[in-house]
Amino acid sequence: MPKVIIDGQEIEVAAGTTIIQAADKLGISIPRYCYHDALPVSGNCRICMVEVEKQPKLQIACYTPVADGMVVKTNSPKVLDVRKTVLEFLLVNHPVDCPVCDQAGECKLQDYYMEHGQYNSRLVDVKVKKEKKAVQIGPTVMLDQERCILCTRCVRFTNTITKTNELGVFERGDHSQLDVYPGKQLDNPYAANVVDICPVGALTDKDFRFKCRVWYLAKTKSVCPGCSRGCNITVEWDKMRPHHFKKARVMRLKPRLNPDVNNYWICDAGRYNYRFIDENRITTPQLKDDLITWEQAIETVVKAIKSTKTDRIGVIASAQLTNEDLFVVGKLFKETLKVANVDYRVGQQPGNSDDFLIKADKNPNTAGAAAILGVPALSAEEIVQKAKRGEIDVLYVFGQDLVKLFGKDVVAEVVKKVKLLVYQGSNINETCSYAHLNLPSAVYAEKEGTFTNCQQKVQRIWPAFVPLGESRLDWVILSMIAEKMGTAFKYKNTQDIFKDIAATVDGFSEMTYEKLNDQGLILNKKL
Amino acid sequence: MDNPIEKRRLELEKYFDAKSPFALLRVAQMKRAWKHKNRRELTWWENTYIPTVVTGIHLTSKHFFHNLNLHILHLFGLCKDQKAAVTYQYPEQPRPLSARTRTRHRLTKREDGSPRCVACMMCETVCPARCIEITAGEHPDPNIEKFPQKFVLDLGKCVYCGFCVEVCPEDAIRMDTGKLNTAEYSRESMIYDKKRLMDE
Repeated sequence: MPKVIIDGQEIEVAAGTTIIQAADKLGISIPRYCYHDALPVSGNCRICMVEVEKQPKLQIACYTPVADGMVVKTNSPKVLDVRKTVLEFLLVNHPVDCPVCDQAGECKLQDYYMEHGQYNSRLVDVKVKKEKKAVQIGPTVMLDQERCILCTRCVRFTNTITKTNELGVFERGDHSQLDVYPGKQLDNPYAANVVDICPVGALTDKDFRFKCRVWYLAKTKSVCPGCSRGCNITVEWDKMRPHHFKKARVMRLKPRLNPDVNNYWICDAGRYNYRFIDENRITTPQLKDDLITWEQAIETVVKAIKSTKTDRIGVIASAQLTNEDLFVVGKLFKETLKVANVDYRVGQQPGNSDDFLIKADKNPNTAGAAAILGVPALSAEEIVQKAKRGEIDVLYVFGQDLVKLFGKDVVAEVVKKVKLLVYQGSNINETCSYAHLNLPSAVYAEKEGTFTNCQQKVQRIWPAFVPLGESRLDWVILSMIAEKMGTAFKYKNTQDIFKDIAATVDGFSEMTYEKLNDQGLILNKKL
Repeated sequence: MDNPIEKRRLELEKYFDAKSPFALLRVAQMKRAWKHKNRRELTWWENTYIPTVVTGIHLTSKHFFHNLNLHILHLFGLCKDQKAAVTYQYPEQPRPLSARTRTRHRLTKREDGSPRCVACMMCETVCPARCIEITAGEHPDPNIEKFPQKFVLDLGKCVYCGFCVEVCPEDAIRMDTGKLNTAEYSRESMIYDKKRLMDE
């Protein structure tokens, strides 16, 4: 294994490793535009030039493999001088319209210019104008050819990751321009990833366009609830300036690096699946048409449960809930009340899927629900059929849209038969109008907890902000019911619940929030 | 270690560079607050208020009669070498302002009368009083691209620091209207929108 010295630090790496990879391992950051960890090397931007001892010319760090005894300098005067020159060259035809550019604030041109540029412009000619400025090239992506520095990251992304080949660089010299092939659209299901990898503002997000400046955004790590893949994401939100986008808090979602799950990528469906966090929410407990307080709501539930035999209670949980919520569901209904009719499986139509990230199961926590609630005696469909026959008096539904699953007629009949249909969910749907009692619960971005994805990987989510309006966390609502019933759980936070899960549920043993951290751990794996 | 300022300074040092402007500012604030808290007690004689009231009235009257006499003498063409306090008949006669005085804002226009502002939100970001609220929109011309759908400036909150003018990359906001009399009957009418900022 070759040993190299980079800026005086020695490191031993596998043969074939490039200088930039070795430097990354040491925590030395070499500037880069065209180089991306997950894409093939192109070596056209030339900003990653480093000085290698005993070599007359500077070398590009992204394509030069390390050799034994190599001595690399990344900050010598020669290197800094080249970086300045390269930046000047890249900026020759750049319009410098940072005030209107959405990338401003997270733009690599800005970042490296602050560090290495800062010279007076020597350009006497007129900048070359390009054809396409603010042109939509797909349902999600906007192109500005003038801002493009032709690093071809996006081209390589469509060539190697999605293999759809929509993008290319056309013409020669300073007429070169990035574009979609004639008659094509950048409309593959992963298209918006090119926005993330674009180091400048050439490709920007149609959805995020002009909503908010990036420096206003707070970032919270989370996991996408869109399907059972559980892609790692960052929820980017802005609470301090509600005038920006219709008082919405979440501005965009960005993928977060996790090599075992989604690497750098996320599908477009997951990326734009955030509007439900702020829109169409249930914000107050509601009994039929009356808005009520939480005390009254809990009172109603407890009264109904106490006056009903346990075999006449039905609970339809949801794989949208976190492990912690599901554990409390199990603890309250299965352990304390001894209800047999608890299920999370509903006969959902499998959605679209592919062999990359998208999974057919659109629930983020099916594996977790199976591990925690076990295989139930009755399926949700059977519970509903039972309710339809009038064998169930209290039906407690967690966020499942019964109307969508079983049809209007069935639900209307069920509502007539049961004494109390409780709907505990975050968003308004058709089931809400049928339910006797609506309890507003929090969405995933407001929760702390864990999801278990299709690879049996337990992954943490963090709360970005407090639940909207009067809505409360699912486990808090259930704890309130338990307290009213006289069997308080004594959980202070989700960490307490997770400790309990680790102690009682197989597969979770020895897991803690600290050990899970932001990359997650595989269920059943010995730590 | 009894000195609370020193204690606080050491505490701050854990989190900030002690020489950073922020830390220095905090320490200065603490010093002022400490001085204010530990100020001298008033004596019995001072507590009667009479001596302070008398000194105050004496000082005001001295200036009043001094200026009154001088103005009368000036009327008769006497004592012209001695200056009396200047009086302006505000608001009929406005006080002359220096060209650099920061006065009420205005939004500058392009040739076609639309605002020059491109909604980059620099002013909104830098504003220490958080009195500017901009909502950006898509401009039909791709060479302008972005424009402010809403530009709201709450003069009730504004501290007239002029940061917004300094930070503007398009010279779109200026504080050169010469207007300082933004008195209104309600807080709502102190809130200026794009139209008022451009035309009033």
